[in-house]
Amino acid sequence: MILQAWLARLDQNLYFRSVDSLMDMDGHGAFVWSAYLIAGLVLVAIVVVPVRRKRKFLDRLAGELKRREGGPKAMKEGD
Amino acid sequence: MWSFFHKLGSPPWLFGIAGSILRWLLPITLVALAVGLVWGLLFTHPDFRQGNSYRIIYIHVPAAVVALAGYYVMAIAGAVSLIWKMKMADVAMKACAPIGAALTFIALVTGSIWGKPTWGTWWVWDARITSMLILLFLYLGVVALYEAYDNKEAASKACAVLSLVGTVNIPIIYKSVDWWYSLHQPASIKFTGESTIDASMLYPLLLMIVAFYGLFTCCMLLNMRAELVEREARTNWVRKLAGAGARR
Repeated sequence: MILQAWLARLDQNLYFRSVDSLMDMDGHGAFVWSAYLIAGLVLVAIVVVPVRRKRKFLDRLAGELKRREGGPKAMKEGD
Repeated sequence: MWSFFHKLGSPPWLFGIAGSILRWLLPITLVALAVGLVWGLLFTHPDFRQGNSYRIIYIHVPAAVVALAGYYVMAIAGAVSLIWKMKMADVAMKACAPIGAALTFIALVTGSIWGKPTWGTWWVWDARITSMLILLFLYLGVVALYEAYDNKEAASKACAVLSLVGTVNIPIIYKSVDWWYSLHQPASIKFTGESTIDASMLYPLLLMIVAFYGLFTCCMLLNMRAELVEREARTNWVRKLAGAGARR
């Protein structure tokens, strides 16, 4: 009951009644959506870049450590 | 109190605590961003003058507010690094710069896009916009200075000085709309006095500002963790971490 009432209230307050009107935004859609798209891309980048940077560095370091540990053996196998 | 500052100086402790904070702060931030966006985009009414173009406010204002606050964080970290030679403060300062630059870029670009339907122009050289552009150059200057020096200590000093000198720009940005005639509107949210924005528009905006603060903190911690493993590559804790594979 509470959920139903809450959903009904949400539906009442929803401003855009169709996807088309949401995309168009009374002629301002191109401005609003392009602003959100650019901001979204930049925000994703600032989260992803440090995560990838750390992962790549640790992968490289792990590879280096493995090579060093199995150095002479690996070289023999390589020969 | 002092033991906390001692701990802050320990790279493995800082790396661990940053990871622990990220585990709960990042999901909360993402939920707050999602709720704020849906609320602002779908459940608020258009502005009586600007129509629906005003909805850009939900990314423009939070990005600008946090870009300014982030500069203070960077400058304080710079001061601590310069005065007490605390290396972790240097790591924090370096972590702030690219995030601040990204947020300032978002504020400028979204402001420009908002300006076209509202003012009829993409760009004007007025005090608010020009001082924000200077803020972007200050952030990029710190990023570039770090890359320009081979000597990390010299880079840290130069960046700290640049960060501190740049703080002069922050009050100018805040006050620019009051001091000079500007196309940019004055602040809508006021700490003293009544805000000039309707409550139905204000609440999602406040939520988005909080979410952007969370996002800034998360990105700063992510940058710090990446920087720490690179700086401490020769230590045992980083080698153990590299050997841990997927668990890191």
